[in-house]
Amino acid sequence: MTAVSTAAPGRRGRRHAWYDSWAVIRGNRQSLLGVVILTAFVLIAVLGPFLVGPIDKAAANKPLLSPSMAHLFGTDRSGRDLFVTNIWATRISLLVGLVASLLSMIIGAGIGISAGYLGGRWDAWLMRFTDFFYVLPTLVLALVLAAVLGPSLTNVIIVIAITAWPATARVIRSQTLTIRERMFVDRARATGASSLRIMRRQVLPNVFGLVLANTTLTIAEAIFLETTLSFLGVGPKDSYSWGRILDESFAAGALTLGKWAWFVPPGVAVVLVVLAFTLIGAAFDEILDPRLRRRKRGAADPGGPDVTAAGGSLLSIESPSVPTSESFDRRGG
Amino acid sequence: MEVRDLVVEFTMGDGRPARAVDGISFEVDAGEAVGLVGESGCGKTTTALAITRLLPDNGRIASGSIWFDGEELSALDPDAFRRRRWTDVSIIFQGAMNALNPVRRVGDQVAEPMRIHEPTLTQAAALARVADLFEMVGISPERRREYPHQFSGGMRQRVMIAMALACRPRLVIGDEPTTALDVMVQAQILELMERLRRDLGLAIILITHDLSVVAETCDRAVVMYAGQLAETGSVSQLHDRPLHPYSVRLLGSVPDIRGARILPEGIPGQPPSPDAPVPGCRFHPRCDHAMSMCVTDAPGERAFGAGHRVACHAVTDEGRLRRPSELPLLPSAALMATAAATGADVPPADTPVLAAAADPLDDDADRDPRVTR
Repeated sequence: MTAVSTAAPGRRGRRHAWYDSWAVIRGNRQSLLGVVILTAFVLIAVLGPFLVGPIDKAAANKPLLSPSMAHLFGTDRSGRDLFVTNIWATRISLLVGLVASLLSMIIGAGIGISAGYLGGRWDAWLMRFTDFFYVLPTLVLALVLAAVLGPSLTNVIIVIAITAWPATARVIRSQTLTIRERMFVDRARATGASSLRIMRRQVLPNVFGLVLANTTLTIAEAIFLETTLSFLGVGPKDSYSWGRILDESFAAGALTLGKWAWFVPPGVAVVLVVLAFTLIGAAFDEILDPRLRRRKRGAADPGGPDVTAAGGSLLSIESPSVPTSESFDRRGG
Repeated sequence: MEVRDLVVEFTMGDGRPARAVDGISFEVDAGEAVGLVGESGCGKTTTALAITRLLPDNGRIASGSIWFDGEELSALDPDAFRRRRWTDVSIIFQGAMNALNPVRRVGDQVAEPMRIHEPTLTQAAALARVADLFEMVGISPERRREYPHQFSGGMRQRVMIAMALACRPRLVIGDEPTTALDVMVQAQILELMERLRRDLGLAIILITHDLSVVAETCDRAVVMYAGQLAETGSVSQLHDRPLHPYSVRLLGSVPDIRGARILPEGIPGQPPSPDAPVPGCRFHPRCDHAMSMCVTDAPGERAFGAGHRVACHAVTDEGRLRRPSELPLLPSAALMATAAATGADVPPADTPVLAAAADPLDDDADRDPRVTR
């Protein structure tokens, strides 16, 4: 009802939402940092491989070179340039993280919404199924699955997706439970919408923000898990990721050899990307929960009304709008 | 449409059944507006939910039937009924402002029933019809791309009406469509519904506790009390010659704009809870016509004149409500009758004394059986 005053012409509605989100990100130093880091890595992942060319064949250079202008991170035991390898690894690691989280989001949201909306026996069975995956130690399950399925890129993505969805399903289910009781769901049912349609058209749009926020955190987890799996030797053998570089450096004893440029860059890269996604996830929290936003903004707002300056009147309303700095100026003058 | 001996039961938390609607019958002719009147918690909304099969999980139609155009709606299997929803009977919800999905454009939401029931409809045709509907309910069609929060309460109500008309139903149930709106907007909405009824030949069931709303917009009214029919008849019959003491009291609860500036009388006490039914006539603890017979025997419905039916022992066979002084009153009723006659305060009764019908903002929600779930 109060929204009429802010009613912008409808076409601007969505753009407005984007602008709002950007304002939150920009207003928060941490999330801005996250966006900057992530943008840098995405640029490297997308454009980098074109700039540095393909990964060297084995023995293209001398093995175990130290960093130099020709080889920024030196070379590995088979003589590959590690800078080039790291650039390619960025692409693979981000790709695995993104695709695996997307898959796990689809599974998680699907199961969460179905369980929450359908309720009863469906809920019980789907949630026991979720619990089953939830209680298995992620790493052990992932290791076993990866070993069984075989070490290809696709399989690693599948493994990560299968282990990452249960948490999402639980979160989405609980949100769905509250959405289900809202009146517009009853209304949709009254119009003759089927359960599937209600889940898709009424529930999904309402939990979508949560799905998105969850995705950012899941991507970080997925990248981390991929690195771990690769480091443990069950990662994709058909491509280089940060984890695989770490694995090879470890196997070659890079630490004792003092070849820091072999294992520090991929390690730092993993930390930075995971950090970036976590920071952005926090910003999403704020975007989705405007209460959080307003509280912060209010606390940071130095231009609040100064009661003592208002000439002793406790409440004075000068214009029908919310007091702006302008209206206070007018009162002062 | 016809409702025959409808009984709706809710299973309470302890497993006992509670009858929220107990054997109600009424019919609605094509193009007719019927008001369903009564205090909060007397089964109006439950009746509407039963007709549209939206009862919560713990509620069910225990007996009785609902007929639409010669077909028994209550006997259709769920899938067949789903296909009939909205095309036969649509509903404007109580507090319809919350019945819009906040994250979807209103136009898409209004178009949704069409997409469900007419899968062959093209995007362009659906858009054109949404534009028509918006025009019909007095919203500029460009606003269909906006979100619900950009609309005021009255506008959202109009959107809901547009949605209710999306599949050209023959009957619209308005469940307190004007509750929580200010008086000016209420009048606009009612006028709109009245106009649409004339133009489209809609039948309307209007659920309300506001008798003035019924008097303005309806042809006939059904007065419900505690899940049962108290009285039904044309609006003029009910207004000029109410027979049931409850109807008399309800009418007395409305302040008269031309009369003396006195507070309306109200009805002392509250309607009984459906899980603790009152024996005999359900109104007797609050009735100033109550006799010993009212405590033991439930009154049957008797018909007087064209469509005028009433269930009360105090009404003579000629169709006249006897004065309290002509009746062998119960002590409590006698007290109430004297109080009413002398204008004294209503004496404390066994039930809490409240001017129950006088609060227009009182809402069915607090007595909604769903709350017990």
